[in-house]
Amino acid sequence: MKIRIKFAKYGALRFIGHLDVMRFFQKAIRRAGIDVAYSGGYSPHQIMTFAAPLGVGMCSTGEYMDIEIHSHQGGADLMDRLKKACPPGIDILNVKALPDKAGNAMASVAAATYAVAFKDRTRSFADYAGFLKPFMDQREILITKETKRSSMEVNIRPGIYECRIEDGTLCFLVDASSSGNIRPNFVTERFLDFAGVLVPEIELQTIRIETWMNAGTQEAPDFVPLDAIGEEF
Amino acid sequence: MQLPDFENHLALSDEILMSVEKPARYIGNEVNAVIKDKNKIDVRFVMCFPDVYEIGMSHLGIQILYDMFNRYEDVWCERVYSPWVDLDKIMREKHIPLFALESQDPVRDFDFLGITIQYEMCYTNILQVLDLSGIPLLAEDRADEDPIVIGGGPCTYNPEPIAPFFDLFYIGEGETVYRQLLDIYKENKKNGGSRQDFLLRAAREVTGMYVPSLYETTYKEDGTIASFEPIKEGVPQKILKEIVMDLDEVPYPMKPVVPYIKVTQDRVVLEIQRGCIRGCRFCQAGQLYRPVREKSVETLKEYATQMLANTGQEEISLSSLSSSDYSGLEELVDFLMETCQEKKVNISLPSLRIDAFSLDVMGKVQDVKKSSLTFAPEAGSQRLRDVINKGLTEEVILNGAALAFQGGWSRVKLYFMLGLPTETEEDIRGIAELSNKIAALYYELLPKEKRTGPVQIVASTSFFIPKPFTPFQWAKMCTKEEFLQKAALTKRAIHEQLNQKRIKYNWHEADVSVMEGVFARGDRRVAEVILKAYQKGCMYDAWGEYYKNDVWLETFAECNVDIAFYTTRERGLDEIFPWDFLDCGVNKEFLKREWKRALQEEVSPNCRAQCQGCGAARFGGGVCFEKKGGAAV
Repeated sequence: MKIRIKFAKYGALRFIGHLDVMRFFQKAIRRAGIDVAYSGGYSPHQIMTFAAPLGVGMCSTGEYMDIEIHSHQGGADLMDRLKKACPPGIDILNVKALPDKAGNAMASVAAATYAVAFKDRTRSFADYAGFLKPFMDQREILITKETKRSSMEVNIRPGIYECRIEDGTLCFLVDASSSGNIRPNFVTERFLDFAGVLVPEIELQTIRIETWMNAGTQEAPDFVPLDAIGEEF
Repeated sequence: MQLPDFENHLALSDEILMSVEKPARYIGNEVNAVIKDKNKIDVRFVMCFPDVYEIGMSHLGIQILYDMFNRYEDVWCERVYSPWVDLDKIMREKHIPLFALESQDPVRDFDFLGITIQYEMCYTNILQVLDLSGIPLLAEDRADEDPIVIGGGPCTYNPEPIAPFFDLFYIGEGETVYRQLLDIYKENKKNGGSRQDFLLRAAREVTGMYVPSLYETTYKEDGTIASFEPIKEGVPQKILKEIVMDLDEVPYPMKPVVPYIKVTQDRVVLEIQRGCIRGCRFCQAGQLYRPVREKSVETLKEYATQMLANTGQEEISLSSLSSSDYSGLEELVDFLMETCQEKKVNISLPSLRIDAFSLDVMGKVQDVKKSSLTFAPEAGSQRLRDVINKGLTEEVILNGAALAFQGGWSRVKLYFMLGLPTETEEDIRGIAELSNKIAALYYELLPKEKRTGPVQIVASTSFFIPKPFTPFQWAKMCTKEEFLQKAALTKRAIHEQLNQKRIKYNWHEADVSVMEGVFARGDRRVAEVILKAYQKGCMYDAWGEYYKNDVWLETFAECNVDIAFYTTRERGLDEIFPWDFLDCGVNKEFLKREWKRALQEEVSPNCRAQCQGCGAARFGGGVCFEKKGGAAV
């Protein structure tokens, strides 16, 4: 049985990298005594997939991972055990059973919502609210993607689905699929450039609010949280 | 919209954490890290391993003491490691004081800074930790507000080269008298006593405590020690090591701290015994930790189960100097194999003698094709193996290798030492010949269709460094040039072998071995060199890329301290050594006897076969003591 676990990452643990988060969960699942499924071979590993890596320094309230389990005593029990195995900084938010035909967490990711806040909470993006509409009205928002051999200009405007200012943060919904993933700092950078303000990246905190899958079609997307297809068990 | 907490409660700013390699080294908050309310605590202790986090977090001793201290309600023990070179630079530039991981509070606000000293080449990192903490480097410059700096670990069996940097040393195993020491500290503090008052009481009342400032050394004209005496009444002349006799009765960490980043020993470590019955004459640990004491299999089964459940680790490893000599090994390994298979936990079995039993076990717990077998003959010829009392014979090695090859292994690692006392060219050639014989055996033994690929032999040599409290403490160490000649000869001899293409040869750095030799048998006069070299930028000397040999040589010259005096000089049997005031249980007469036997190429049987009268039975334990029915010796 495949289950999808939603968790938050924050506080000091935002300085733990993605690979270390994976290692952390492998141990947490053992501590929780979850009857997880393993791959075969001499060095069996837990069958585990993460939705999307989170950059070092970022917080999130919308992380997902899938694991496969053999048996359980109900979702509430499993969630409770896992919660107890996690230190402050990793919160287990939800545990759901996936339908058999569900794609894995990584392949399902279509979009993500980010909020960018000033670490100095006396400052607010509301000060730049006037720039929001003209920013989004642009046909092209160009960024330079550096690859090993060359750099190329990419228009990220089509991948920015929504952008608003909420609770003093710059909040946007962007493409996070494997083919079109937009790194949140590109959007922040372009917006601040557009508004003509210079803010060092380190003074901002990026938070992944939610990770979405597309329940609609390519043409008419319907973004739902990654665990919307799961069921309580 | 509910935003999660991203306020920084850490000692380092987001900007610094984002600019250094592996910020997770500095944020604490690991699973099983202990957090207490500092307002309800009488003694704050910070335990340090003076090397980078990944090395320090792999050390069992700190986990044991961390757990023991935190079981005391009035004590909070935290951890600190050497900041890596990138952060070190930033902390100096920005004047950020070194902090403990749990509370993120400055180290200088603590009552005690405990430093475990596991190898000589970390000495400059001790100074780094003191310096970054804002604690005066010399104990004599410290004030009442500064933490008490206490050292422990194997290198404290010759603490003299670092004596001026410490307020006191705890000689021996940490589980015995810390409680008493902390109580005296509390009482002294309550009574308004000074730092000196505390140190004097510790030296007088607590066994195993060495307070360097309470002793004075005088030297003869030839530079050797004339006398080493306490300068205050009631301070012991000789300090006997502390030792735990019943290992089942002392605390062991059931919830060791689990790091986020991958560390060197990323596993549950099960200490099965202390001490070793073997008596290899070059080995310091084999003498220091006598007599052998085992933990019971029942205790270990319980520990393994609990520790795996509490950490979620994917691997468990046995820890001891010679696991094959543990009397309950089969029962323990059977138990672990059963439990671990079910939990998909790997078992790592270091320091196992290669025989039918161990090969059977290893075949079950690891991928034979990917793993290699390790033999440590230490010397190339039987003659020299007799000198060093390494019981391994060529026959045993070849039989082990034959069994292994038939079991599917094709990779063999061999460890040797160069520069052992009495070594000749013949002995060195023996390294090449033995490597060749093992390679040839593979082809003789296995028909083509049974081979899993070509055989691979990796022969590694390190340079022999005489250590205190070993029969070789009198021995002359080689010069750098001699070492390099020996390595070149080994290489040439390997090239002359028929199977030379199947043998890979690695040798250790010679420069750093010479320096280690000075620190190992140095006296208090070496401390000045260490201090000056640190001030000139030496740090992380155990890391090849940061070891600055030219700076070290220059500093020795400036301080007028002669390297050869400590390394290549052969000591007279009556010389007073800098460490002679310490008593590790093994007496000097026994070591002398063993030194003479070594030169006569005579082997001494192991403790289980025949008691050699080393003196450690006085602690009331060990296999020889049990044999005699526990009678007083």
